[in-house]
Amino acid sequence: MEKFQSLISTAVPVSVENIDTDQIIPARFLKATTRDGFGENLFRDWRYNGDNTPKDFVLNDAKYSGKILVAGKNFGCGSSREHAAWAIHDYGFKVVVSSFFADIFKNNALNNGLLPITVSAMFLQKMFNAIEADPKSEIKVDLENQFIQITASGESENFEINAYKKVCMINGFDNIDYLLSIKDKIKEYEQKRVLA
Amino acid sequence: MSGKTLFDKIWDKHVVTTIPDGPEVFYIDIHYIHEVTSPQAFEGLRKRGIPVFNTKQVVATADHNVPTENQHLPIQNDLSRKQVDQLISNCAEFGVELYGLNHPYQGIVHVIGPELGITRPGMTMVCGDSHTSTHGAFGCIAFGIGTSEVEQVLATQCLLQNKPMRMRINIDGDLKKGVHSKDIILYCIAKLTAGGGTGYFIEFAGSAITSLSMEARMTICNMSIEMGARGGLIAPDETTFNYVNGKKFAPKGTEFDAAVAEWKELYSDAEAVFDAEYTYDAADIAPMITYGTNPGMGIKINENVPSASDIDDVKERESFNKALEYMGLESGQKLLGKAINYVFVGSCTNARIEDFRIVAEVVKGRQKAANVKAYIVPGSKQVEKQIYAEGIDKVLEAAGFEIRQPGCSACLAMNDDKVPAGEYCVSTSNRNFEGRQGPGARTLLASPATAAATAINGYLTDVRELI
Ligand code: SF4
Repeated sequence: MEKFQSLISTAVPVSVENIDTDQIIPARFLKATTRDGFGENLFRDWRYNGDNTPKDFVLNDAKYSGKILVAGKNFGCGSSREHAAWAIHDYGFKVVVSSFFADIFKNNALNNGLLPITVSAMFLQKMFNAIEADPKSEIKVDLENQFIQITASGESENFEINAYKKVCMINGFDNIDYLLSIKDKIKEYEQKRVLA
Repeated sequence: MSGKTLFDKIWDKHVVTTIPDGPEVFYIDIHYIHEVTSPQAFEGLRKRGIPVFNTKQVVATADHNVPTENQHLPIQNDLSRKQVDQLISNCAEFGVELYGLNHPYQGIVHVIGPELGITRPGMTMVCGDSHTSTHGAFGCIAFGIGTSEVEQVLATQCLLQNKPMRMRINIDGDLKKGVHSKDIILYCIAKLTAGGGTGYFIEFAGSAITSLSMEARMTICNMSIEMGARGGLIAPDETTFNYVNGKKFAPKGTEFDAAVAEWKELYSDAEAVFDAEYTYDAADIAPMITYGTNPGMGIKINENVPSASDIDDVKERESFNKALEYMGLESGQKLLGKAINYVFVGSCTNARIEDFRIVAEVVKGRQKAANVKAYIVPGSKQVEKQIYAEGIDKVLEAAGFEIRQPGCSACLAMNDDKVPAGEYCVSTSNRNFEGRQGPGARTLLASPATAAATAINGYLTDVRELI
């Protein structure tokens, strides 16, 4: 997994609530057997018409760019497809900010070096306002110190992250390495259960 | 001492160890896999050069991507065929049992597990599919995971998990005629919203729940995820034990009796405290229908679409208007009587034998409306067989319906079973997201009874008028 420590970048705002993973990556693009290339179809049906002509959508608007995706509340609900996290990451985002994430999406993102940051509804609105006022507004994310800042105004907020996940993100560790390292413990547990 | 919830009882038994300041190492009894979310996980094992930890605890099927016609022929779509072939070769290489196409046990993963007796009370189970929550109907902790986690479980039979919060939803009293378990869950989601269960595992309880069949309970747990919950569960009881008894992989004889004795301990203690609790009156539940683009946007079928002007929050109003625009509906509009050209009876929510019995009861002696194209898709080979054994096929065929072969089908439209752009589909599946049933498709979620009544009339119908 890729390491993540800190980042300063412009951001792309998708100010829609309840964005489900079917919108992030529609099911018809899930037929691949590798993890690569999903970015091309990120938000496919919001980005393109049926005839592949571009729609009026932020990802098609040259004004907006950057490594941070800012989205409305309850982001990533619906299907458990990890392809949604892959698509966002593959497109080039390193951070997703929302006031609320669906559980499975949050896990999937963390497992792929994509940092989901939950901010207050108020701070989210401030971010949307700042980006709307100036699409070149920069956002600073510091994982070590767990804060996110709108650089121009200096306004910032702390965010929560599970201590274990933080260590994994910062060092690029992955859960399987950890679980394999305690394999004997797992076997022991299995034994005990059979005997019980 | 405060008591334990059903959820805690199962959870605590499955914790291998706890990482200081971190998640718990959580043991998984059964891991279901399918063709869409597993290839990258097997690839991961291959790259690490490690085997599947416990092949006997993994069961595979092909469901998401498969055609529902001519399953004996090679799959036409190249990518779908490649994915299904990949599953076959992965299962062969790693020694995993596969109930693939044309196997008598093939079907939607959440339909086959229970009907084979692989899903049993007290277990933990996962699958790379959010509707794994279905299995909770047996008193299990069952939830969906992403592909990296599929790889974790294949590699170690464990997952790193933080214990979710506990919620209980009580439904008391008797259901009215024409109201089914699908209506109960759509009602709950409409009350609590699509995000209202996030962070929770939900236990469903109350007299209206305990009086339900296993099939009906599965429908409820299946859609618990649509409130954002990790999963739902229901305490096992005689109904559960009777269902499991005699199933292919269920314990037999004295082993079964011993298992039942253990399963009888699986209930929430009277003093158990939940982090959230809600109680609803079954008599208040009517046939439900969704009008929007998330499952929380549901109303009683005879109600009108809510009005945007009643929503105070600006962002929420914007999202609401965006949904109505996609659906081609107006604020305050009446839905009953709206012309409907597509009907889908299928998916892991409502494609069990009981669902087709309900459909048959409604359509018996009637004719399907000419404007309706109906996809009637059994959840598994075994359900399909039962449909023919009970003569449900005759009733449906006489009414002008055609029965397809098992798979996820129009639930997510990865195969050819799609709803064209702009068309409305009354669907027994679980998601009405934009494009879920095909680009531009407009999905109205409902019970099999409502779907059947609508297919007969060719317009959205309150099934209570036909029974
Ligand atoms: S029927 Fe639909 S919801 Fe169920 S497993 Fe298949 S795709 Fe998922």
